[in-house]
Amino acid sequence: MELYYPIAIIFLVSFLAPLIEKRFPAGAGWILSILPAMSFFYYLYRAIEAGTESVVLESFGWMPALGINFSFYLDGLSLLFLLLVTAIGTLILIYSGYYMSGYALKDRFYMYLMFFMASMMGLVLSGNLITLFVFWELTSVSSFLLIGFFHEKETSRSAALQSLLITVMGGLALLAGIVLIHQVTGSFEIAEVLTQREALQSSPFYFAILLLLFAGAFTKSAQFPFHFWLPNAMAGPSPVSAFLHSATMVKAGIYILMRLAPVMGGTIEWKTGLTIFGVTTMFVGAYFSLTQTDLKKILAYTTISALGTLVLLVGIDTKESITAAIIFLVVHSLYKGSLFMLAGSIDKKTGTRDLNKLGGLSKTMPFTTIAALVALFSMAGLPPFIGFIGKELIYEAKVAIPGTANFLLFMGIVSNIFMVAISGIFAWRVFFGKPGNTPIQPKETPLRLWLGPAVLAALSLVLALFPAFFASNVVSPAISAVRATDIQIKIKLWHGFNLVLLLSLVTVMFGVLLFVFRDRVIPFLRKINSRMVKFSFSAEFSKLIEGFLFITKKKTNFIQGGIQRFYLMVIFIVTSAFVWYQLINTQFWNISYDFGPIPYYVLGIVVLMIAASLLAVLTSSRITAIVSMGVVGWGIAIIFAFYGAVDLAITQIMVEMLVVVLFVMVIYHLPVFKNFSSKASRIRDGIIALIFGGFMTALTLKGDQLDLYPNISEYYNENSLVLGQGRNIVNVILVDFRALDTIGEIFVLTIAAVGVFSLMRLKINKSKKQVK
Amino acid sequence: MNSQILHIAARIIKPLFVLTSLVVLYRGHNMPGGGFIGGLLAASGYIFYMLAYDVKSTLKKMWIKPFELMAWGLLMAFASGFAGLFHATPFLTGRWISVFGIKLGSPTLFDVGVYLTVIGVLLTIMVAILDKEKKWD
Repeated sequence: MELYYPIAIIFLVSFLAPLIEKRFPAGAGWILSILPAMSFFYYLYRAIEAGTESVVLESFGWMPALGINFSFYLDGLSLLFLLLVTAIGTLILIYSGYYMSGYALKDRFYMYLMFFMASMMGLVLSGNLITLFVFWELTSVSSFLLIGFFHEKETSRSAALQSLLITVMGGLALLAGIVLIHQVTGSFEIAEVLTQREALQSSPFYFAILLLLFAGAFTKSAQFPFHFWLPNAMAGPSPVSAFLHSATMVKAGIYILMRLAPVMGGTIEWKTGLTIFGVTTMFVGAYFSLTQTDLKKILAYTTISALGTLVLLVGIDTKESITAAIIFLVVHSLYKGSLFMLAGSIDKKTGTRDLNKLGGLSKTMPFTTIAALVALFSMAGLPPFIGFIGKELIYEAKVAIPGTANFLLFMGIVSNIFMVAISGIFAWRVFFGKPGNTPIQPKETPLRLWLGPAVLAALSLVLALFPAFFASNVVSPAISAVRATDIQIKIKLWHGFNLVLLLSLVTVMFGVLLFVFRDRVIPFLRKINSRMVKFSFSAEFSKLIEGFLFITKKKTNFIQGGIQRFYLMVIFIVTSAFVWYQLINTQFWNISYDFGPIPYYVLGIVVLMIAASLLAVLTSSRITAIVSMGVVGWGIAIIFAFYGAVDLAITQIMVEMLVVVLFVMVIYHLPVFKNFSSKASRIRDGIIALIFGGFMTALTLKGDQLDLYPNISEYYNENSLVLGQGRNIVNVILVDFRALDTIGEIFVLTIAAVGVFSLMRLKINKSKKQVK
Repeated sequence: MNSQILHIAARIIKPLFVLTSLVVLYRGHNMPGGGFIGGLLAASGYIFYMLAYDVKSTLKKMWIKPFELMAWGLLMAFASGFAGLFHATPFLTGRWISVFGIKLGSPTLFDVGVYLTVIGVLLTIMVAILDKEKKWD
């Protein structure tokens, strides 16, 4: 079984998901969740079978001439991400089975979600940078569909568009970076690129590649100042938010940084850039989470903070920091997936996500409460959960930074204090205290809604207490992949009395203090925010887009003024200018040309054609003009037939006939034929026509003399039957040798047809308006 | 147009053209013909019928709308490209099998796709222009 089979199957099934949903409306979530669950065990098996150090690599050509292949690269890092995506994906599908049951279009929801999951799996398994980019963009597109799932709401649509614009802009930058990497290393294959650290870092393009890579990663992973799309993205359904925040989408940026860290990392630019953006994002996210009241918004801002922490850790770039980053990645995925699903359940069963309206849910929703408390403890970094290990490792990494940057440690502690406080506030306000004033009387959720969060929360505990298998089979290979050396680590819950433990104690102490005095501090912070933070990134971004649209509209109105003659003139002049230039500058120019004997009937047809075209120019009747153009076309067809191009002749005849019919029908819609053009403009048109016709003639004459690629017609001649299984070479070229061109042509034809169709429709709408 | 001669001619010519187009399509790989010419022929038959009668009655006789024809054609041509991919060769690489002595391959499917697209495109344009009542949808 090939590595990509699970991905291909999930892609395929995603399109069948609506049918499955129609057939089994109640069990669709369960049925579809089988696929990611099986993929989870398959990849785990493949990785263990391959051993801890080695890499599984499979590849086949897509566009081999350009070095673009479907390559799949399974190492520790890909495995870690694959396991997260498939495990959380399984639980999300089960959860969605209940959560989405009330909504219309839920069949489509499964399609988008499966497609999203497969894209993310493809992204982390890609062994070729171009295929990685394709999957990267697919995650952007599918998350656009998911965030905008409630498309009848204006906020959903604008949030979806915003996230798409930002991540796609970043994707474009990433593509440019990939092309530059190819310029330097000569390969798109990740396995090949990873061996060329020296070449990349000494190249003059290094800094440009770095900036482009950062642009891609930071937009996808919602780093400050691109963070604003992530809180808005909660407009999507809760399962989507849970998936987007925990294992997919935002983690893609972290993945690409980690993936390229062995070759791009280690330099001062890398460290400085990542550290500055990481630490800012970490702090901003944690700070703004404190003043939110919407459960999903709180979680969204803590995600931003966590992503900042991850970028910071990758930027510190030591063995300790990467260890901390890998563990924290898992920690965050577990608690965030769990908490977002629970926020969705609470929303579903109480009708609100507002902290001020909720309260005392521990009595009515005991399972939900237990799962949420475990996840929140992990988020706050309290023992005995894996969040504690994560936080200890982060502190350890920060303490051990070469040339100790105390500032980073301080900011980290402050951010963690905020995290402890917000976890406490979340837990207290939602689950304890007075029963809230909710629109719906709260009730415990069914199994499918609490199973996923409970499993993830339980993992937070299990992985912390029994970390041996996890550490040696998943975490160590991942760290080894990022550090490009073999590293074996052991995860311990208890690190002994040391500086790090002291820092943890301080963090928890201050966090609890902040929690206790929350009623004084948080209103105060809100007041500060409302006075100081007048600048809204989201609003500024919308303004930027609006301004951009305004300018493009002006530009389009200028270039495409709506006068068809002007368009034709531009096309003719530009084409003739370029072709004339090239014709004159190509090698030799032999005017003397041996025409050979021309049969009298061909001569007769040519004379007839010339006469017909003169008539078309001089006549003042549209019908005469069209019919005489038809005569020219038929003449060409007959000449084709004389010289043995039967295919072309038949096609030409059919086309001529249809064009004449079309023209005659269109005339009906045109205004009366009148001579509007002045004498000067007629002379100008005449000159343009002569130049254009002249270049076509010159091109034909010269084309016959130039023999740049002598083998191509012989190649077709020899291989048409052997490779293409056909004796009609024209047809074999069309459908086999140059089939890609034909695909392009039929797409263009379709677009033209749709264009004509909508142009005629436009007219109808106008006339309808007039009636009103 | 209300001409009895035209009506009778159209009734005969339409199936004749469609039949011819299928023959042209089938033999296209070895002799003059192919999807493009076939598509033009078949579309001409329908267009003639459309001119003789009207758009509405022509569309009524078709069990598939021109718009859908375009979509199916594009899908078929595009899908035929994947045959190559599944054999670890580039997109659109031809694959052939022999069924009872008749050679069938992904380019055959591709040609049928071109055939359908061309019919769909021409009929869509024609319907858009010819329909004076503007009631097609």
